[in-house]
Amino acid sequence: MVGGNDMQSLSNRKKVFEQKPMGFWERIYLPAIFKGLSITIKHFFKPIPTVRYPEVERPYSKNFRGQHSLKRDEEGRERCTACGLCALSCPAEAITMIAAERQKGEEHLYREEKYAAVYEINMLRCIFCGLCEEACPKEAIYLDGPHVTADYLRKDFIYGKDKLVEPRFDYKEKHEPTA
Amino acid sequence: MELAFVIEKVVLVTLIFVVTLVIAMYSTLAERKVAGFMQDRFGPDRAGPFGILQPLCDGGKFFFKEEIIPAGAHKSLFILGPTIAIITACIGSAVIPWGQSLTIGDRVIELQVTDVNIGVLYMFGVVALGVYGIMLGGWASNNKFSLMGAVRAASQSISYELAMGLALIALLMVTQTLSLKEIVEQQSGFVNWNIWVQPLGFLIFLVCAFAECNRVPFDLPECETELIGGYNLEYSSMKLGLYMFSEYINMFVSSALMATLYFGGYNFPFMYDLGLSQNWITIIGVIVFFAKIFAFIFFFMWIRWTLPRFRYDQLMNLGWKVLIPLAIANIVLTGVITIINDTFF
Ligand code: SF4
Ligand code: SF4
Repeated sequence: MVGGNDMQSLSNRKKVFEQKPMGFWERIYLPAIFKGLSITIKHFFKPIPTVRYPEVERPYSKNFRGQHSLKRDEEGRERCTACGLCALSCPAEAITMIAAERQKGEEHLYREEKYAAVYEINMLRCIFCGLCEEACPKEAIYLDGPHVTADYLRKDFIYGKDKLVEPRFDYKEKHEPTA
Repeated sequence: MELAFVIEKVVLVTLIFVVTLVIAMYSTLAERKVAGFMQDRFGPDRAGPFGILQPLCDGGKFFFKEEIIPAGAHKSLFILGPTIAIITACIGSAVIPWGQSLTIGDRVIELQVTDVNIGVLYMFGVVALGVYGIMLGGWASNNKFSLMGAVRAASQSISYELAMGLALIALLMVTQTLSLKEIVEQQSGFVNWNIWVQPLGFLIFLVCAFAECNRVPFDLPECETELIGGYNLEYSSMKLGLYMFSEYINMFVSSALMATLYFGGYNFPFMYDLGLSQNWITIIGVIVFFAKIFAFIFFFMWIRWTLPRFRYDQLMNLGWKVLIPLAIANIVLTGVITIINDTFF
């Protein structure tokens, strides 16, 4: 017979479980109860590992993959050229975009001649694998943001360029005075 | 009856009522805190500092929930259920001596609502009444699970009341009185506490108190896993709140009773040796009494977060085949020891 009770134990860790009738001390429950009580009271005084989240944040790991951000180059222009490689590489089909051609006078906004007029990532689909980041030839997308936060409606999880493109920290000095 | 007497009693009753409700309220928070700490977490701490506003939030939430009375339910009994539960829970504290007497001016104020000479019996009757709230509620809900919970509550409380009564008889053989005030007065100091003469009786009483309060490990009437809440399954809004509240009040009152009967009530060691005035002894006594009560409440919670629930047949076995014979043996033992004491010493 294959298997069954007479099968040889290969690991020698096999324990045969027998159901014995309860002994006297087991039947009066009290020793077991005291044992249990001593365990719980020990935990009562143990330090608590909880991190009180909104007030205290645990440091993220260096290679934590959080919310995507679309990068700008050193002159503050969007790097993305809407080549679609990120969308192609995405295993979760989370990325869509609509490309547009750069017009004259927009050179300070977009680095390449073609740019993404609409760029959307569905955060409910995304599995934060980071393949988009790897695929991008223009170093335009990185998953270097924080957690993607909770929201009430599904449509609010589709992040557009307004949420993805990183803020233009030097915009004011360079362009606002002339504009 | 003079007016001052009436005012004094009304103030005392109101005070005890308020204290009972506040303690019951904060027991709900304490329960969750204790559970938290025993499970290596904090418990609720978002509502106010350390979560002290949590009971208010819970209470407020109960009031705003929709009130549902099932179509097939017996309406008046359905409402009567939680009413009885909360009333019986509250009136139990009437005979408990909270402290000695305070002297204000030339008035001596007893810190006990009424010292009926059958205090123990009264207490016992009130506890027995409490189960009607559960039974009525469970039956009137017109729901199989509720009914099952009610039936369980009834048979459980009958079984454990017996053992509780027998444990008390042994105690009464020692104290020779049914008045709670006298029982406490006999236990002055530390060595006179009844726990030293009735340890087995106390153990039986403690187990039965857990069963009477429907606390884990004897919470079979509400047993979430089998009965999805048991007798209070169909209840919503503040009626459910009253049921839960009455459970905590019961816990408070039975803690007070255990402290009174076995742990010397408001007596504390060396109470007459420190040279304190009577008023100070009374005040410290009240504080000590409440400390004992809180210790018991903590013990209730500690047990809750340690032990799993008994199976129903185990519960019945424990009640009828273990606790009742033990209690009877305790009575016999107490009798024998009393006789030996009387004849030889
Ligand atoms: S992280 Fe992965 S799943 Fe998310 S958008 Fe990029 S490629 Fe798609
Ligand atoms: S983010 Fe990178 S890969 Fe994606 S469309 Fe833009 S340039 Fe191409």
